Amino acid sequence: MDLLEYQGKQLFARHGLRVSSGRAVTSSEEAVQAAAEVGYPVVVKAQVLIGGRGKAGGVKLAADESEVREHASNILGMDIHGHTVRTVWIEHASDIASEYYASVLLDRSAKQPLVMFSVEGGVDIEEVAEQTPEKLIRHHVDPLAGLSREEAVAIATSGGADADVVEGVADALLALYEVWLEEDATLTEINPLIVTPEREVRALDAKVSLDGNALYRHPENQALSDAENEDPIERRAKEEGVQYVKLDGDIGILGNGAGLVMSTLDVVARAGGSPANFLDAGGGSDAEKIKQAVRLILANDAVKAVLFNIFGGITRCDEVATGLIAAFEEIEPSVPFVVRLDGTNDAEGRRLLQEAALPNVHAAATMNEAAAKVVALAGSRSAEAPA
Amino acid sequence: MAILVDEQTRLAVAGITGREGTFHTLNNRDYGTDVVGGVTPGKGGQDVEGIPVFDSWAEAMSSVEPNTAMIFVPPRFAADAILEAAAAGVQLVVAITEGIPAHDELRVYNLLRRDHPGTRLIGPNCPGILSPGRANVGIIPASFFERGNVGVVSRSGTLTYQIGNEIAQAGFGCSTIVGIGGDPVPGSSFVDVLELFEDDEETELVVLAGEIGGSAEEEAADYIAAHMSKPVVAYIAGFTAPAGKQMGHAGAIVSGSSGTAAAKAEALEAKGVPVGRTPTEAAEIAVEVLGGAAAAAS
Repeated sequence: MDLLEYQGKQLFARHGLRVSSGRAVTSSEEAVQAAAEVGYPVVVKAQVLIGGRGKAGGVKLAADESEVREHASNILGMDIHGHTVRTVWIEHASDIASEYYASVLLDRSAKQPLVMFSVEGGVDIEEVAEQTPEKLIRHHVDPLAGLSREEAVAIATSGGADADVVEGVADALLALYEVWLEEDATLTEINPLIVTPEREVRALDAKVSLDGNALYRHPENQALSDAENEDPIERRAKEEGVQYVKLDGDIGILGNGAGLVMSTLDVVARAGGSPANFLDAGGGSDAEKIKQAVRLILANDAVKAVLFNIFGGITRCDEVATGLIAAFEEIEPSVPFVVRLDGTNDAEGRRLLQEAALPNVHAAATMNEAAAKVVALAGSRSAEAPA
Repeated sequence: MAILVDEQTRLAVAGITGREGTFHTLNNRDYGTDVVGGVTPGKGGQDVEGIPVFDSWAEAMSSVEPNTAMIFVPPRFAADAILEAAAAGVQLVVAITEGIPAHDELRVYNLLRRDHPGTRLIGPNCPGILSPGRANVGIIPASFFERGNVGVVSRSGTLTYQIGNEIAQAGFGCSTIVGIGGDPVPGSSFVDVLELFEDDEETELVVLAGEIGGSAEEEAADYIAAHMSKPVVAYIAGFTAPAGKQMGHAGAIVSGSSGTAAAKAEALEAKGVPVGRTPTEAAEIAVEVLGGAAAAAS
């Protein structure tokens, strides 16, 4: 679960990391009020879960009320690489002497936390890593011991932090590690971590990813998901406990097991189609779950055809068939379905479907055949659609 | 021979008294796996269809000496269950549980290495391990698989069944099928399992099924090139997955430009490992290599 900048900064502040005072607002009127509270000059920052905000015009400096009003009304509602801005963060503008970079992440390969630090902050860190790797300090931490102050000081020093702010940078690294550990984050990143002319070290940005599997330990973080910007079908799926990801295409997909569903998307794409979603019905999908899943898939108006790709293990194909028949009775879908049932009780599942003779439901014996069929069906519907 | 589970397996199950735990434990026993006990705190002294239940792993160990543990408890209790089984001296722990926090997995991985180096963890969030004809530990539907000489290692359950079934239909069986799970910090990686298959006399070819996220497939590619004499055929799922979106599995996410299916396929192919572009194609390549090997042997 990725947090917006201001949500990340609020988490940082709880752990003693210095951030500028600011307010999150959703209208230009509120923006003007917030600016008066935090004090001019202010920065108006678009709150979206995508990089490149500044270049897209989503970050603006404002010296007075009319500028705040103008920038806030321009930025609110703006589309930044497909993300609509619903919230702006109004922050007192900082004077900057230096821009550093700091992050803590879960290194899946080393199976250890990785602390990274660079004095080349404020730029794309992947570029720094590629072009001047010696300027990016990478330090693995023993997760059973945690990050010590000695280690933090050594990271700041070897990274080339100005001597008078080494302690301040070490404090920031320790606090960032604490956020990572205690909030069950998989990533905490500050870019830039600034040094002010008064030699204070402060987080000017915040990128935080929290582990959704650990939210039960953090009831206070559960409300942090970006509900306004979340796709409404994805949000509904989450509430219903269904693994659903919305995609850009027009072929609805249901499968059982994450790997098989990912594979189904690929096979459909190779057959020339474009998947409208990822949906993992999970193990042991009973009729009720299948009905729920069909409703989710069809909630997306772009869907022109649906593919069911089931390889039954724990999931029984007869249950999937029963669920699909029940779903058709209730929902009466107007788009064609292609159903491939293989594995546990597949013969029974196919028999049930055949007897039910559902309108516009096509059986397929293999995954590749199913993909070809569903792509053809979706394509012919596009051709039929009125201009 | 097979790897990890066989006739010598003595299985005990954490969470045996839960609905899923009971169902799959009995399935495993019906298959022929020697199930010697279960562990549910507070239910010691009871039994599940004749399988004795203990309050702790220490008690289970002193009474029935399990060498393999299967973990079926809910996510918030799973890390402790794994560590308790390891502390009792169980050599192989297979964690089926899905939804364990990544930080718990990290702690478990590092604690096992430091304090219980003799214990191997497979999973979590995995379908388990099946050695056809010998033992089944987990939730893999055994009826699709015959005994044979193909080793399978995968991050995904149903995808494994899909590929395994296509190979089976071509007349080839499996030595062992290992699901290493779809989480960010698995107890065992592709490399760990490839190492076992390389040493297993029965295994002649390995099918590796990977997916987006992390770099386990790239590490496997390096390992295969440097250490494996047996052919490996791969399949990678998630070419169409958008960046930044978790695709069902906690570990299946493209972060920025890293962890893409294309990069993984490229890394494997660069080391001479053929990568099927569909599960069917991967199975066909495997069958072709096996057919060639069989012809060469005759």
